[in-house]
Amino acid sequence: MLAYLTLILVCQLIGEIITRVTKLPISGPVIGMVILFCWLVLRRKMPSDLEKVGSFLLRHLPLLFVPAGVGIITHLDFLARSWAPIAAAILIGTVLTIAVTGAVMQFLNRRHLPDVDEPHHAE
Amino acid sequence: MNRTMQSELTQFWVSLSTTPLLWLTLTLLAYQLGIRIFRRFGANPFLHPVLTAVAALVLLLKVSNTDYQTYFSGAQFIHFLLGPATVALAIPLYREIEVIRKAFVPIAITVLVGSLTAIVSAVGLAWCLGGERILLLTLAPKSVTTPIAMGISEKIGGLPSLTAVAVVLTGVIGAVLGDLVLDRLKIHDETARGMALGVASHGIGTAQAIQRNQTAGAFAALAMALNGLLTAVLLPILIGCLAG
Repeated sequence: MLAYLTLILVCQLIGEIITRVTKLPISGPVIGMVILFCWLVLRRKMPSDLEKVGSFLLRHLPLLFVPAGVGIITHLDFLARSWAPIAAAILIGTVLTIAVTGAVMQFLNRRHLPDVDEPHHAE
Repeated sequence: MNRTMQSELTQFWVSLSTTPLLWLTLTLLAYQLGIRIFRRFGANPFLHPVLTAVAALVLLLKVSNTDYQTYFSGAQFIHFLLGPATVALAIPLYREIEVIRKAFVPIAITVLVGSLTAIVSAVGLAWCLGGERILLLTLAPKSVTTPIAMGISEKIGGLPSLTAVAVVLTGVIGAVLGDLVLDRLKIHDETARGMALGVASHGIGTAQAIQRNQTAGAFAALAMALNGLLTAVLLPILIGCLAG
């Protein structure tokens, strides 16, 4: 377990180094995710201990957002000032994204995978 | 007598409120309270545990007149785990590698279109309603899972903490309205429904998709990871083009 926790941190560290050295506009952990993904692809097998560490980190993923979310306390005046553009972007923008994404995928599926096209209607 | 007691109490509070332990513990307690409330009311997405926890903690900080720096000195230990958790997203992504191979073209095109729709609609709508530059940059990565979104926001010059809140709200909206929108548009293909929720509403949308259907859940997780990666690459370049 400790070995795979270290592996995850090493991936992140390499990611941080890459983003700093190359000044790429991508965050270190995202590059770390790509590195770990490539490592898994090359290895062609998922070590069960890595899965354990991963599920520990991901099971309570929402909790990890809380400290950052509380940061809203430093932006309360910003929210009061700009509530209209924020509400529009989140409400209308999200509905639009769901509609467009769903429609495009259904359309492409019918063209690319005609044999598995029959949709499973939800009850 | 009364006065000395009061000053002792003040002293006690001051020493306690500045230890990292207090705010670390309160963050864990607030989140678990959030989960309890969430379950008690039948997993109503409007009562998302993150929203409850943040609201409770903001209230506590306001009442106790504690500043965010003091709070964060304790909560940073939880915050730190966002980085490793982002790296760990490679694990669910790898699990879906066969699915990615089979439907690579539709998935790639859909994620690209969905990702652009999410960015352009958020920035465009906020701009139309007079949002200032920093707000547009803050809202641009709102459809991406929080650790990635905050990283992007920081890179492009937004307010990462406000981005985090926008991300959570986006997830909640997607979970509440997603099925309604998809039914209305007659999108019954479960892979398409999963992709829609994953791209637009990241982890919270994915949780919603899993509840409904296994296929939808797998595609939502995949779409969430791919959209995070794509937005992390695409958005800084888009911003660079617009600014340059």
